[in-house]
Amino acid sequence: MSDAALEVQHVFKKFRRGEIYDSLRDLIPALSGRMFRARPDGELTQREFWALQDVSFEVARGEAFGIIGDNGAGKSTMLKLLTGIMRPTSGSIQVRGRLSALIEVSAGFHPDLTGRENIFLNGTILGLKRDEIRRRFDEIVAFSGLEAFIDTPVKRYSSGMFARLGFSVAAHVDPDVLLVDEVLSVGDYIFQRKCVERMTQVIERGTTVVFISHNLRAVGNLCKRSLLLQRGTVAMLGPTSDVLKRYLGGSQERRALEGGRDLEITRVLVQNEHGPAVEFKSGDRMWITVEARAHRRHDDVSVVVQIVDDRNYPLFDTCTDRLGREALILEAGQRVTCTFEVELGLAEGTFHVDGYLFRYTTNEPYDRWATAATFFVAGPAAVRGPVNLHPRLTACEVLEPLAMEPGVPSPAG
Amino acid sequence: MGSALRELIRHRDLLYMLTWREIKIRYKQSIMGALWALLMPLVIVGAGVIVRFAFANLSGAPVQKADIAAVAVKSAPYAFMVAAIRFGTSSLISNANLLTKVYMPRLIFPLAAVFAQSLDFVIASAALGIFLLAVGIGLSVQLLWLPLLFCILLILVIGMAILLSAASLFFRDVKYLVEALLTFAVFFMPVFYDSRMMGRWETALLLNPVSPVLEAVAATIVGHRAPDLAWLGYSLAFGLLFLTVSLATFRKLEPYFAESV
Repeated sequence: MSDAALEVQHVFKKFRRGEIYDSLRDLIPALSGRMFRARPDGELTQREFWALQDVSFEVARGEAFGIIGDNGAGKSTMLKLLTGIMRPTSGSIQVRGRLSALIEVSAGFHPDLTGRENIFLNGTILGLKRDEIRRRFDEIVAFSGLEAFIDTPVKRYSSGMFARLGFSVAAHVDPDVLLVDEVLSVGDYIFQRKCVERMTQVIERGTTVVFISHNLRAVGNLCKRSLLLQRGTVAMLGPTSDVLKRYLGGSQERRALEGGRDLEITRVLVQNEHGPAVEFKSGDRMWITVEARAHRRHDDVSVVVQIVDDRNYPLFDTCTDRLGREALILEAGQRVTCTFEVELGLAEGTFHVDGYLFRYTTNEPYDRWATAATFFVAGPAAVRGPVNLHPRLTACEVLEPLAMEPGVPSPAG
Repeated sequence: MGSALRELIRHRDLLYMLTWREIKIRYKQSIMGALWALLMPLVIVGAGVIVRFAFANLSGAPVQKADIAAVAVKSAPYAFMVAAIRFGTSSLISNANLLTKVYMPRLIFPLAAVFAQSLDFVIASAALGIFLLAVGIGLSVQLLWLPLLFCILLILVIGMAILLSAASLFFRDVKYLVEALLTFAVFFMPVFYDSRMMGRWETALLLNPVSPVLEAVAATIVGHRAPDLAWLGYSLAFGLLFLTVSLATFRKLEPYFAESV
């Protein structure tokens, strides 16, 4: 009826908590126990819970679609349902065309078999015919860069080589629908770039791709539409930038109070000139607002904001007192709002904002809110690393060798 | 049933590769190589010879060449059955890693385990053929029954492998139960002896659907006689019915495999 490559309708998935009887020896007493009503009725249903509830979405042919959510929100369950590894308790999932998943790409490997043998084995496991593998074999080997070791048993491979071979096979399956989990981080830097290039090619070629990832940047860059899962239900379905805003905004509510009881940060907000935002360009202006509330009097407060990269490495911090504001004095019940304007000298990446309240005189923290907000920066392709130092190329000449230069033999001998 | 078969045909390359993997791994890094295929039948024949000598001692009649030959020809299909059921039973558990990570028709695993054992059976049968010719057990038209006999045995074994592989995924001790039963299975079917020796309990013995197949093997190869078609028909019917039930059970449980591993 539609040209959707993937159709998920009202999918529910139920799991059972705790032990299942997994030996006959356990089952027999358990059954007889039930027969004699040693257990209250309904205990089994109490132990069940919904991993997914009424999830519906469609992915059009050729679309790149993202699924995001916290751990335990149901992302992996969704993935297993889409691949067919598990079946939904109710609801339906329709896949049009060959589906392949880039998850655990080396699951099919056998350590005693050689790289060559494993390419054939894993290829058929991922859904290729032997003929197709034979045709693509050279390409797969070349992609992996393991030509020299292709007849070595993979148990002698390093873990990086293992993963490279796995990804190389999986990347050549050419499915109609591709599910991608966090696999784009295998191998060394050069191989990772190859993988990302391959993914971009796959999307350009019109393959339907579903990303299931914590890597919000990849989702943001590659997918136009996304689904946000929260506790097994669809929290939001729409344009990725809106979904990300909602997801990252929502994360503010989940804070566990760390230090502050009588003085606490209530809000950390990242904005551009139009209001709350998560996507910025390198060089943009950004406003970070920190709101705090005092439950009793404090007369020596300073507010600090810190920007960290996606591995929580601190890149930058500033605070009210260093910016010339004396220690703040707060009466019980008073609130304070500080807005810091910064110029984003950051290069492409995902960054987090931490907010702190310090005691001005002793520099002890009152309250700390790590990862209070997250934002993305799109940077110029010429720059790598966390900061953008605005490089320009001012000279680049090819010079003839100097005749008298030491170490360079002169052609005259 | 039809859909299961269609899915298997679509995944025949995978079935081939997994069967090939089982075989390859068994013979890789092993000293004995193809001799493995002969080991079990040889052990069984050795045990059979001892049992036969004991019988002969009791009855006073000498051991016949045909008696030993009968034990020998039954040893190969019996060894095949035991190994196929053993590996079939553990086929899903030992592939748990794949089961939870990649989708494929799960029937492929017990089937690949059984088919991989078929190679051993072929090797053992070839060796056995040479041995039988050497000791002067001639050829006859009755040998044409053998493919049918193998098919019936295969149907029985596949039915068992499918059912037990699924059961052992849900109940871990099924594997040990199967091991215990297989250890003494040789006494519950006519391998060392003929079912006729059981006298009026012969029927009880032949109710084990594998027994008529083993007797038919001995009858056609050693006795140059046609097999007992009534009993063979019973085995076939039993096998088909059992396979149907196993398949239906397997298909019904398949959605829960990944959660139960």
